[in-house]
Amino acid sequence: MTNTISDIEKADVILVTGSNTTENHPVLSSFIKRAVTFRGAKLIVADPRFIQIAKFAHHWLRQKLGTDVAWINGMMNVIINENLYDHAFVEKRTEGFEELKEIVEKYTPGYVEEITGIPRADLTDAARMYAGARAGSICYCMGITQHTSGTDNVKSLANLAMLCGHMGVEGGGVNPLRGQNNVQGACDMGGLPNVFSGYQPVTDLAVVKKMEDAWGVSGIPSQPGLTVTKMIPKAHDGEFKGLYIIGENPLVSDPDLNHAKKSLANLDFLVVQDIFMTETAQLADVVLPAKCFAEKEGTFTNSERRVQRVRKAVDAPGQVMDDWKITAEIATRMGFAMSYGDSREIMEELAAVTPSYAGIDYDRIDLEGLHWPCPAKDHPGTPILHREQFTRGKGLFHAIDYTEPAENIDTEYPLFLTTGRLLYHYHTGTMTMKSEGLNERAPSCFVEISSHDAQTYDLEDGSMVKVESRRGDIHAAIKISEKAVAGTVFIPFHFAQAAANKLTNAALDPVSGIPEYKVCAVRISKAA
Amino acid sequence: MNDQGNITINGNAFSFEPGETILAVAGRNHIDIPTLCHLKGASPTGNCRICVVKIEKEKDLMPSCATLAEAGMVVHTESSEVVKARRLIIQLMLSTGNHNCAIRGTSSDDWTRFQMSVQAYDDSSELCPVWGDCRLQDLAYRYQVEPKRFSDAGTPYPMETVNPFIVRDFSRCIKCGRCVQACNDIQVNNAIQFGYTGSNSKIIAADDKALKDSDCVFCGECVQVCPVGALVEKDVRYRVRQWETEKVRTTCSYCGVGCQLYLHVKDNQVVKVSGVEEVAPNFGSLCVKGRFGYDFIHSPERLTAPMVKENGTFREATWDEALDTVARRFNEIKETSGSDSLGVLTSARVTNEENYIANKFARAVLKTNNIDHCARL
Ligand code: SF4
Ligand code: SF4
Ligand code: SF4
Ligand code: FES
Repeated sequence: MTNTISDIEKADVILVTGSNTTENHPVLSSFIKRAVTFRGAKLIVADPRFIQIAKFAHHWLRQKLGTDVAWINGMMNVIINENLYDHAFVEKRTEGFEELKEIVEKYTPGYVEEITGIPRADLTDAARMYAGARAGSICYCMGITQHTSGTDNVKSLANLAMLCGHMGVEGGGVNPLRGQNNVQGACDMGGLPNVFSGYQPVTDLAVVKKMEDAWGVSGIPSQPGLTVTKMIPKAHDGEFKGLYIIGENPLVSDPDLNHAKKSLANLDFLVVQDIFMTETAQLADVVLPAKCFAEKEGTFTNSERRVQRVRKAVDAPGQVMDDWKITAEIATRMGFAMSYGDSREIMEELAAVTPSYAGIDYDRIDLEGLHWPCPAKDHPGTPILHREQFTRGKGLFHAIDYTEPAENIDTEYPLFLTTGRLLYHYHTGTMTMKSEGLNERAPSCFVEISSHDAQTYDLEDGSMVKVESRRGDIHAAIKISEKAVAGTVFIPFHFAQAAANKLTNAALDPVSGIPEYKVCAVRISKAA
Repeated sequence: MNDQGNITINGNAFSFEPGETILAVAGRNHIDIPTLCHLKGASPTGNCRICVVKIEKEKDLMPSCATLAEAGMVVHTESSEVVKARRLIIQLMLSTGNHNCAIRGTSSDDWTRFQMSVQAYDDSSELCPVWGDCRLQDLAYRYQVEPKRFSDAGTPYPMETVNPFIVRDFSRCIKCGRCVQACNDIQVNNAIQFGYTGSNSKIIAADDKALKDSDCVFCGECVQVCPVGALVEKDVRYRVRQWETEKVRTTCSYCGVGCQLYLHVKDNQVVKVSGVEEVAPNFGSLCVKGRFGYDFIHSPERLTAPMVKENGTFREATWDEALDTVARRFNEIKETSGSDSLGVLTSARVTNEENYIANKFARAVLKTNNIDHCARL
């Protein structure tokens, strides 16, 4: 997030898109609901489903799946045509405005209505509302990124925020809500194929040299590596041979699961380090038992870039070890001596080689976390990014055209499928499904469908259906819901027994490598 | 000094900000005024009146949580009039519910009768489930209040135990309304409100349904703010006493909000979770996963020893064997097929320190940039 979570309450207009906030970030959603209910903030929700947060909205824009670039361009079209944009900000802080203007010209509200199904009057009102804000906050999540156009979607939202000058101010910003507790930290720490910790590019030879010196090695490659979505097909082809998976369960979360399973099975050697024998661990050659959060010391970095302490509360069961210790042991046995006394020592080392974490240590974050960038011990951290300037200096507008999702509906597969999470479960359910109470609230997979579609297919609430896509099929019960809109069904992806990702499309965003979980075509029939 | 003048509390002058309540000014200056219904972050309701103070020249005692400080105000927080009023309130509360915390001696007959009726309602022979962790009990001790009589009938409403997380014990509810505010003003889940009137009044969900059939999302904010034993976590009630536990502050391991929470530990087991109040990002709030989703920690399904696969089935191995196997196989593949045929999937679930080590391992040991995590999935 460019801004903090508390900051959301300072916005006077909030735009939520592609985020089922009340279920996936419940505590954060309270900040939005409070702003709207008690502080007079206006809320715009753009989401294909009538999710809970939409009930608080002044405008609910219901776009067709995968048409985000179009409605965002449409809003900018209105804002530019009606001269509602922040001239001073555009002038002083950005470049590329003319190109943007040119491209959004054709996205008139009428044209956008054709593509997205959003009534032109609603789009226009929403555009005026956002542009008229003193501080407008944009919050988005996987509903924006998990598309073949995910990167374009994100850039479009940044365009919109810059156009209206809602960047670098309290209550403004473009705020991706991170789904998992430490996604932010995994990225910050170099858990990405193209960067070391602190987003230092592997292609920068000076950085490579710095890391080699710090680590006492040579020969670190300066070519970006493979993303997970590329590793899997390469494993399938036999080119990729050995994989070390720490705390992840791609066998429920990966798109096109049937393919993923074959690919992992095709590896010469698979090591899985986890707290449970997950679906993925079942395929491993060696499984290493790791500690869970309640058993270890360390830090997580939340969505708002706040580095916070994790502390040991209980002893780990059996012979379970810290993840870092296991990794260090493997390294040592491979001939690279790695040893640390505790996690604090690791934090000291990583702070020394990671400029954005340089000022962070356990003592400073004992009571309250710090927001990176925090480049020095006397630096107070950075709750709001881009206050004076953007990372690259001026903010660059990206002129982006709408492109269709990779798969569309047709006579054979006439319904759209979108996937997501539920309040009561988390990701692949390995943790939440150990709680009877959570299971009682959300016991099994279902297919959420509108009453209109249920009628069309003559389906009763609770009846079993078969859902098929070009890649696979699953069986689940029908749930008729006011959240669903006609023509689109929703399936939560938590449940391994009826894994929604047997259906989803592995088509990737060309830049981010994120699969298009949010759109694919399916058909449904009564289960035999 | 503040140019708008000062307020005098218990003989000392204090400055104040416009809009500050007497309670807030007192709090800032370490003057302890007791509260029950007051909830930070929500607008004051003045419901319980335990926080009343004497303001000179005012006829009635005023609730300090709902009265703004004014220049020239002269306030007494523990005058005999104030203390008397507080004792009355406490007495009334104690005598209208199953407050069997033995505030008063336990030798008389009516205690026995009372305790029997509480036991029947509670299905337990113990003293109140939040004994030692109750604001009303604390106040009764502080002001040395003995209930005049024990209530006979308790409450017309049976206990609600039909959801997996929260027990609603209407017999101990003092109708302070904190839960209602927590649900409506803090979490904005709008699941509960005041219902019925007079001595029949009750906190109701929807039109008096069970929580599980209402809009309740089991965030447990109401449980956290309930000052008495009317709302208690099901797994905690009569199983865990506060003094048996230790609290460890940490960060939630579910979503990216990163709520600050306390793990309450008894005998090396996490038995309860509560939100850390007054610090960002969550200021005490949690969601159902963070508050009630901790069973996995002690699940019997946890992996407890390394496993290696032999002829398609797993068997336990020693750490030495498992780690040596991994090191040997990685080295072999590295030599025969090159570093770029190897890769690491690190995790959004593990710590920064562990991710950093995974990144170092991929790059410095395997010598590949094939490292990613599953967050894009
Ligand atoms: S349930 Fe607890 S918080 Fe709610 S009104 Fe009763 S005593 Fe107050
Ligand atoms: S658990 Fe949460 S949603 Fe349910 S009544 Fe309590 S505060 Fe409201
Ligand atoms: S308590 Fe809920 S909202 Fe808070 S971090 Fe945990 S999962 Fe997220
Ligand atoms: S605390 Fe002030 S009236 Fe209840």
